[in-house]
Amino acid sequence: MGMTITEKILAKHAGRAKVEPGELLICGVDLVLANDITAPPAIWEFEKIGQGKVFAKDKIALVLDHFAPNKDIKSAQMCKVVRDFAFAQDITHYYDVGRMGVEHALLPEIGLIAPGEVIIGGDSHTCTYGALNAFGTGVGQTDIGAAMASGSSWFKVPPTIKVELTGHLPPYVKGKDVILSLIGMIGVDGARYRSLEFSGDIAQLSADDRLTICNMAIEAGGKAGIFPFDAITEKYLSGRAARPYEPVAPDGDAAFEQTITLDLSRLEPVVACPHLPENVKPAAQLKQTKIDQVIVGSCTNGRLSDLKQAAEIVRGRKIHEGVRMIVLPATQAVYLEAMERGYIKDFIEAGAAVSTPTCGPCLGGHMGILAAGERAVSTTNRNFRGRMGHVDSEVYLSGPYVAAASAVLGRIAHPAEI
Amino acid sequence: MRKKAGNVWRYGHHVDTDVIIPARYLNIADHHELAEHAMEDIDADFAKQARTGDYIVAGKNFGCGSSREHAPLVLKVRGVPAVIADSFARIFYRNAINIGLPAMEIGEEVEKIEDGDTLEVDAAKGEIKITNKNITIATKPLPGFIQEITKAGGLINYVKGKN
Repeated sequence: MGMTITEKILAKHAGRAKVEPGELLICGVDLVLANDITAPPAIWEFEKIGQGKVFAKDKIALVLDHFAPNKDIKSAQMCKVVRDFAFAQDITHYYDVGRMGVEHALLPEIGLIAPGEVIIGGDSHTCTYGALNAFGTGVGQTDIGAAMASGSSWFKVPPTIKVELTGHLPPYVKGKDVILSLIGMIGVDGARYRSLEFSGDIAQLSADDRLTICNMAIEAGGKAGIFPFDAITEKYLSGRAARPYEPVAPDGDAAFEQTITLDLSRLEPVVACPHLPENVKPAAQLKQTKIDQVIVGSCTNGRLSDLKQAAEIVRGRKIHEGVRMIVLPATQAVYLEAMERGYIKDFIEAGAAVSTPTCGPCLGGHMGILAAGERAVSTTNRNFRGRMGHVDSEVYLSGPYVAAASAVLGRIAHPAEI
Repeated sequence: MRKKAGNVWRYGHHVDTDVIIPARYLNIADHHELAEHAMEDIDADFAKQARTGDYIVAGKNFGCGSSREHAPLVLKVRGVPAVIADSFARIFYRNAINIGLPAMEIGEEVEKIEDGDTLEVDAAKGEIKITNKNITIATKPLPGFIQEITKAGGLINYVKGKN
């Protein structure tokens, strides 16, 4: 029996010819990531080991993106822990305010992720990197601290679910609608302890769409979400990941635990209603839902194509008087390019606020906290109770088209209404 | 006082890391200060009234969401000796192992345990006694590798031992 992409990548990093689901392995890791929430405790765990130096200063990425620019003194103290460590250890990939972006948008963009690699991150959305044919998975700060010392981590080989994508995407349907529709089908634990491998008619999905899809594999409980390597992956990596890499394809007789077929031609713009990402409904059925805030941004949908979609909707229009629209380009490069293309002007002229890159509102950190009873439509990835502020607020998840159309109409809207 | 030691605080399915410890507190470095906010968004009584030795028992997919290790940590700091659930989200389970908080996955048997029940738990043996009902639930022991980490007192000690 052959192996899946997941099994091949883990086997190679464990120095094994063959692995099977359920096996526990120690694998070498190509990159260890942490942010301003998870890096400080990881650093304290690392220090307990007493090794002194990290295993490789160029295989650790530290990104200050959650509470940075610092929202208060406690956050400033946490960021300082990371900053001091980064300078003391001479960490190559350290990104602070002015250079940082939302980690899962930044790392692929600057070429730190390549096919066949194993990346662990102190952030659950580390699964984003599967879009580039890599194995990325989220872990806690103890794992990060241990891996910063040892360069390796323990893994249980997950069973793999094959997601066969068929048909052609209708207008206004993008990566977010694909992944929300899948989570709506299988539930927030539908891929628990499993890897999701996508296949089928993937040529219509841009690298940005794939990054969005893999980003939310964790929202189905997935350990990883992985796309095969193709011309789109190769083009995205060109000029970014300069080092040699080896694309990984599944064997023809790979043992998938199950196959799920998703007919893309039947999809429509969707929204995940509170308080779980699996509560997915067509946007067109939620037109009575009045809203107070719209967020466009995050590691899920803060890339250039996301801002382009939102800008197309708001261009020449005004944000509804009852709505605060906040746009967060995910990285400095996205911000700059969006400015040069006129998207930022479109947003500001429409009455939206545009911010420096930050994860702030996504996790209820800062820059867009909801009061009791308020509702937001957000392009982020979670709508758990209290996620974006008061425990009695509500978050509706969507792609940028629906979010921008909702901002204009003051209620949840289908983009075709604009 | 609502509870006494060894009592059960029973929750439903998909208890996520945002309610176990809301992100708005994640800039707090002190574990005891953090633990004062454990579970507060779904149960304001827990942090105030739970006593050392009380158990958290829940349905499917406990700990879904964030990789924040603060989630199992605040429960451990709050004196919870083990979390028992139908099933656990992957990262929470892993984090619980790494910090030495027993996470016992017992499937639908969890339905036998109700809010306010009293338990005696032997996590090493995988045995849960519901003392007020005279019911014993036997679970599978943890895999050997995971027992090694637990025996070492968590992942950091395990790595130290290997170096």
